[in-house]
Amino acid sequence: MNGQGERIEVNSDQDVVRVRQLVRTVAVAVKLSLVDQTKLVTAASELARNTLVYGGGGTVEVTKVDNGRKPGIRIVFADQGPGIADLDMAFTDGYTTGNGLGLGLSGARRLVDEFDIVTAPGEGTSITVTKWCR
Amino acid sequence: MALTAEEAARFADLLEVNSDALVATWTDRVATTLRGRLSHAELQRQHSELRKAFQQALAGGAQTLADESAAELRAQLSDLSSTRARQGFSVTETAVSVFAFKEAVLGVLDQSGGGDALRDYVTLSAFVDEAALFTSDSYVRVREELIADQAEQLLELSTPVVKLWEGVVAVPLVGTLDSARAQVVMERLLQTLVDTGSPYAIIDITGVPAVDTQVAQHILKTVVAARLMGADCIISGIRPQIAQTIVALGIEFGDIATKASLADALRYVLGKAGQAKRLER
Amino acid sequence: MERVPVLKIGDMLLVSIQIDMEDQTALQLQEDLADRIVATGCHGVIIDISALDIVDSFVGRTLAGIASISRVLDAETVVVGMRPAVAITLVELGLSLPGIRTALNVELGMELLARERGADEWQLEVDGDDDTETPAVTTP
Repeated sequence: MNGQGERIEVNSDQDVVRVRQLVRTVAVAVKLSLVDQTKLVTAASELARNTLVYGGGGTVEVTKVDNGRKPGIRIVFADQGPGIADLDMAFTDGYTTGNGLGLGLSGARRLVDEFDIVTAPGEGTSITVTKWCR
Repeated sequence: MALTAEEAARFADLLEVNSDALVATWTDRVATTLRGRLSHAELQRQHSELRKAFQQALAGGAQTLADESAAELRAQLSDLSSTRARQGFSVTETAVSVFAFKEAVLGVLDQSGGGDALRDYVTLSAFVDEAALFTSDSYVRVREELIADQAEQLLELSTPVVKLWEGVVAVPLVGTLDSARAQVVMERLLQTLVDTGSPYAIIDITGVPAVDTQVAQHILKTVVAARLMGADCIISGIRPQIAQTIVALGIEFGDIATKASLADALRYVLGKAGQAKRLER
Repeated sequence: MERVPVLKIGDMLLVSIQIDMEDQTALQLQEDLADRIVATGCHGVIIDISALDIVDSFVGRTLAGIASISRVLDAETVVVGMRPAVAITLVELGLSLPGIRTALNVELGMELLARERGADEWQLEVDGDDDTETPAVTTP
């Protein structure tokens, strides 16, 4: 029973805040623990900022999911930006092409249960993360 | 193999006409399996209720156990499994109560004779099997709930955070730490630091028999998280074997203070707190 | 864009972040604080984040930036009131906020600042030398 998702266009700083608030609301609704809520919202904040800064804007879609045993949340971050050429580098702690700390991708991956990335140079980036209730 | 409406009605009659004989045979059979752990009278009561539920389901035209008219029967079966599960009966001992119903029915079918007896028996048997499977499923579910409850109670019981001194709290860890428990301890300790405004915490692991990489990582993360919040953690009660494991696993405790005993740790903390107070004056 | 107010209390500046900050708001706060430190001559900054339900790498970086900038301007920064869930998440994220002093609440933060300042002046009396670097006190 994977429900209908809610979609937010990410084109500015305010939109990143709106993504955080939406993810928080849905996380509370599926009854994630406080620590898991915090981890998921933090990961969403990192990835939404990446969508904005590196992808040149895009969309974020938040969906309630259920794998039959427990509920969870799935978030898809999609952009039509330049894509990522070297994924291994992108996942290295401290590596950045911008002026961040280089913890966005690698850090966000540690904060969620499932992390999928589809990207190619010139073809944009799509990242799907899932967090399950314990 | 679902029952036809006609068969269901016929079986309902059969169960009604032979009710006493059925319950008697059924009870005898189950009593032998359970070897007196439930009284004869108790079993008899349960079985006559179940027989009634079977009879009513079939009379209501139930063709499979999932039908609406079998709702009462399903409720009875769940009740039976949850009581048995809580009383400590095994899953076999629970399911056999339902399977034995078939033997009882076979008895009354034989007496009523008729060439269709075998065919009837096989058809009804499928229905009873379904009921027995349902019983086992409920049994397993109840046991899982029990286990989850107990695990939670254990967590509650085993992770007290105590105030040792003004501004000093301690968690005496006892027993094996798994990842889930370590996480609970971590969260509770950090919350206590906030609630009491204590800048010092002592994690005492005297009662922990072994430490693996994961648990050590959890303790380390707690210490780092506490530091981020503005509190200092001291680890005390590291036993010789654990010290050896930690070194062998290559876990870096870095600049985290470790003390041999809780008393040493408290003395160390009070010394530091005193130093801070002197500076303030 | 909302702005975070900066309050002056004695020799300290107090900032309590009560809103979910946009990145621009965080950068603005960094600028405002630098201006106010210079304008007031304060020697301590307390940033209360007890109302923040997350701290991501951007906010973390901004806090670290504020701490470094104020240190250059001779003011010590203490971040107070971090929630446990936030601290656990930061550890997992790999953000250790180096160079940032922390305390459990505003009161302990003020004590920490007073202690540091006291240590500074005490050092001055003993050495009679303005240029002496004070060794960092390691108490929280």
